Amino acid sequence: MSNVIRIKKGLNINLVGEAEKTIKELSTDQFAIKPTDFIGVFPRLLVKEGDELKVGSPIFADKQRSELLFTSPVSGRVTEVRRGAKRVLLEIRIESDGKGEALDFGAADPLKLDREAIIAKMLQSGVWPVVRQRPYSVIAKPTDKPKAIFISTFDTSPLAPDNDLIVHGHDKAFQTGLDALSRLTDGKVHLNIDANATESKVFTGSKNVQINRFAGPHPTGNVGVQISRLDPINKGEVVWYVGPQEVLSIGQLFLTGKYDATRIIALTGSEVLYPAYYKTFTGAKLNSFVAKNTSEAPKRFISGNVLTGTRIEADGYVSFYHHQITVIKEGNYHEFLGWALPGFGKFSISRTFPSFLFKNRKYRLDTNLHGGHRAMVMTGQYEKVFPFDIYPMQLIKAIITENIDLMEQLGIYEVDDEDFALCEVIDTSKTNIQEIVRQGLDMLRKEMS
Amino acid sequence: MKFLRDFLDKQKPQFQKGGKFEKFHSTFDAFETFLFVPDTTTQSGAHIRDAIDLKRTMSVVIVALIPALLFGIWNTGYQHFLSQGQHPGFWPIIGYGLLKVLPIIVVSYVFGLGAEFVFAQIRGHEVNEGYLVSGMLIPLVMPADIPLWMVAIASLFAVIIGKETFGGTGMNVFNPALLARAFIFFAYPAKITGDTVWIGGLSKGAVDGFSGATPLSYAANGLVEKLPSLTDLFYGFIPGSIGETSKLAILIGAVILIATGIGSWRIMLSGLIGGITMTLIFNAFAANVYMTIDPLTQLMMGSFLFGLVFMATDPVTAAQTTTGKYIYGFLVGMLAIMIRVFNPAYPEGTMLAILLMNALAPLIDHYVVEANIKKRMKRAVAK
Repeated sequence: MSNVIRIKKGLNINLVGEAEKTIKELSTDQFAIKPTDFIGVFPRLLVKEGDELKVGSPIFADKQRSELLFTSPVSGRVTEVRRGAKRVLLEIRIESDGKGEALDFGAADPLKLDREAIIAKMLQSGVWPVVRQRPYSVIAKPTDKPKAIFISTFDTSPLAPDNDLIVHGHDKAFQTGLDALSRLTDGKVHLNIDANATESKVFTGSKNVQINRFAGPHPTGNVGVQISRLDPINKGEVVWYVGPQEVLSIGQLFLTGKYDATRIIALTGSEVLYPAYYKTFTGAKLNSFVAKNTSEAPKRFISGNVLTGTRIEADGYVSFYHHQITVIKEGNYHEFLGWALPGFGKFSISRTFPSFLFKNRKYRLDTNLHGGHRAMVMTGQYEKVFPFDIYPMQLIKAIITENIDLMEQLGIYEVDDEDFALCEVIDTSKTNIQEIVRQGLDMLRKEMS
Repeated sequence: MKFLRDFLDKQKPQFQKGGKFEKFHSTFDAFETFLFVPDTTTQSGAHIRDAIDLKRTMSVVIVALIPALLFGIWNTGYQHFLSQGQHPGFWPIIGYGLLKVLPIIVVSYVFGLGAEFVFAQIRGHEVNEGYLVSGMLIPLVMPADIPLWMVAIASLFAVIIGKETFGGTGMNVFNPALLARAFIFFAYPAKITGDTVWIGGLSKGAVDGFSGATPLSYAANGLVEKLPSLTDLFYGFIPGSIGETSKLAILIGAVILIATGIGSWRIMLSGLIGGITMTLIFNAFAANVYMTIDPLTQLMMGSFLFGLVFMATDPVTAAQTTTGKYIYGFLVGMLAIMIRVFNPAYPEGTMLAILLMNALAPLIDHYVVEANIKKRMKRAVAK
């Protein structure tokens, strides 16, 4: 327990609008499941508008892996199937009847089940999609044998939810979830905690796992960084990862036999009047969080955090893997000579702004790009916030030139787009790096399959 | 500033596709974004971004160059009146300096930026801020008596051949400002060598006994005893290219670059160590008079420090990996002194050393990255 893995490179961005540590019940009956949340999934719809659903009723399956089911988080009725350009399935909207009637998949002690039975139960109930793999961040293939499973119990991104608070009192469900996961790999289950902040006994008292202690700025909480320190991914290898709230879902499935899509979502950001935690289910409607609870300014709603989250509209829904909503100001304004003025109050990692003198100040940042797109001119910037043994700029350029061999050699399997989020934030050239990295990963995924 | 914004918004449609002045779109955009940071918001990836952009970055370099520029203006006047045997007050000196230096700066910017604007329009991208720095560096590495038409041709050469043929800012192999200098040196050798070009108006004659020789030319001719004092070398009361003479001004610039994190201290430090190492090696052999010059004097002569602080650190043409930067800087320092001492045809080695290392930087990076790849392969095999 005494070995702390210290990570030096990185950056904590302190923003205004941290959620107050109280959990409220969210009163909403509007939910949706968004196939676009799942990378590489081609949905085959199993319901139509008006169908009655129970908790755990299948809604769509993956065309290529028909055993992969996505099920309803609540009981109720399908109100709308929304499609976008080229009939891409965008949202399956569900109205909850509030009864919470659930299909029973059978409670069982995972330690007494074999691997196949555990997987079958997880697939059938629709809890399986919470298990994802690296590389590529796609839903894990049940037939793969992952070399290890990683759980990051802390989130270091801006305004991130506090998982200690979220799992409080769920010792049993969490441990049952871990037990189930421990049966899925021949390797270790790594439970990674923050050496300085994690206090919850739910995490520190876990069994059947290896507890690793990390300390450092963001992206230390990223599971990718933790994997790279503990058991880096080589070509052809696969590791699985699960978030702590998702472990609870797995645990509840085995404790109660029912699919539990409960999520505690942190409502954060400078434009939220009363930031707090809300208890609801996956895919809750954004409106129900932010109605009468945001400022008047033009806003951007983000499902997730400001670094990696997805922009959603006011009538949108929280994404499946997100535990946070961030609301910040839109930055669509011109700024007179903004590049030349001293710029007090502006955020910058570079020492060309006075911000470096005020390490602990909290910022109210907006979505302005602060400049135009340029060629990559500066060097050595990304390295300051990129705690991998990888040359980030060289890798990005290999992706831009679609050089697959070079991408592999430079270690693309070890990273995910979220690991480049900070590089993107501090980039002078304003390159959309995460998009590029995602394209590279997609390219390899198609090439390798 | 509302009226200015309104004015721009009103003019903007004329410069967009289909507008009357469509051909000047890039030019308009360059001026608009100069006045106002654009209202673009993040559309993909991280929703918040650092306040820094390339304009900010480049303006820091410009600020770092200002001490060298101001001293250069003064020194141009000072050296001129010295050569004429006169000792006027401060303002006439500045006046003469401005008269000499300002036209060079204007010509460099007009021709260089002009070429940039044309290329940006043809290629359909925004005007890159890179030339703001190059356009200032070019005058600072020129001798005061350089004919303006040469500056114009050199600026065009730097932008067109040095940068745009490679794909524009960020893609160039060689430092554009140094290319401009090298171009003049190789295209008009008769004009830019000798002792008279370094001081404004010297070619038209001087008082008796005034040679105008730079410290480097004394050193190359073995006249070590004629070298200026260390104090003169440090403050820069010596003939030389406009911006290179005052080591104090250059050091102020270096401090600005390092403090803001814009210039690589790694390259500066390892370059300094490289230069000292080479000089000490020469001192050990001491085969001729030049080789006996002590490290401090060596480093303060010529453009060694100017090149190291402002040109070797150009992020585009230097090595890009951290390890690579140390190697690159060290070799720049070593080669600069080596060429200076060994090459009788040209007294200064910094320009050639940096250009040579610009060409070799990708190779250095290649081997540094290769080591990382090998380590990864080893790990995969060890499994």
